[in-house]
Amino acid sequence: MNWLRRGTSEPLWKEEFSVRTADERYVTRRQLTKFLVLTSLGMFVGNIWILIRSLFYKAPVYPQQPVAQLGEIPVGGVKLFSYPTKDDRCIMIRTAQDEYVSYSQKCTHLSCAVYYSQAENRLECPCHQGFFSIKDGAVLQGPPSRPLPRVVLEARGEQLVAIEVKG
Amino acid sequence: MPTSNDLPPQNRGLTAIAGAMSLITVLLIVQIWLLSAALESFLGGNRHTALPAAIFSGVMFLISLGLYAFVDRIDSEVRGSSNGR
Repeated sequence: MNWLRRGTSEPLWKEEFSVRTADERYVTRRQLTKFLVLTSLGMFVGNIWILIRSLFYKAPVYPQQPVAQLGEIPVGGVKLFSYPTKDDRCIMIRTAQDEYVSYSQKCTHLSCAVYYSQAENRLECPCHQGFFSIKDGAVLQGPPSRPLPRVVLEARGEQLVAIEVKG
Repeated sequence: MPTSNDLPPQNRGLTAIAGAMSLITVLLIVQIWLLSAALESFLGGNRHTALPAAIFSGVMFLISLGLYAFVDRIDSEVRGSSNGR
């Protein structure tokens, strides 16, 4: 169909798509800038949302729940239980004769269940190799940036009672 | 040595727009970091960081908005000058 074309030096695609390149570039830049500013607004709204949640935060009231009998698990042993709701899985470890520690079993990275490694004496998340201290739940290694929430236990008679979650 | 005043208005406008866009991008990256840090802090039980984070984020949004207005103005001026030629 070349014989139908006028005798110009412009290629065919430039004639058919008669968009001014400079104008198109300006519009694209302006649109991109608008998009960036809208994203910036989104970030600001996100921060405002966190602020509102912080201002109206109410400390939860934790139930007092017996979770184990004293001496029920051996030293180095583990017991799993749910606290404060049945969906919140926790792990309790007997670290010494009279010493028990308990943490939420949800990894603070992506909520995988952590387990107790007796050989390394630490809590380990199998998903992304996040390791937590058995002493205070602090992060030892890996992607988690927050420590494991600690379940406060109290010995009442022969029972270990969970009284609150810290962290 | 040529200065920026020797450049045609279209080129100067493009430089200004590119500079403003770069600044907005840097501010946005800081805002994204600020949001993730504030969220991390909130989930970690520290609720005192939310207010300063929100204030700084708001300031950065306002600066971005100002830069957008600047880009819009420069763009209109450059378009006007190129159409007038």
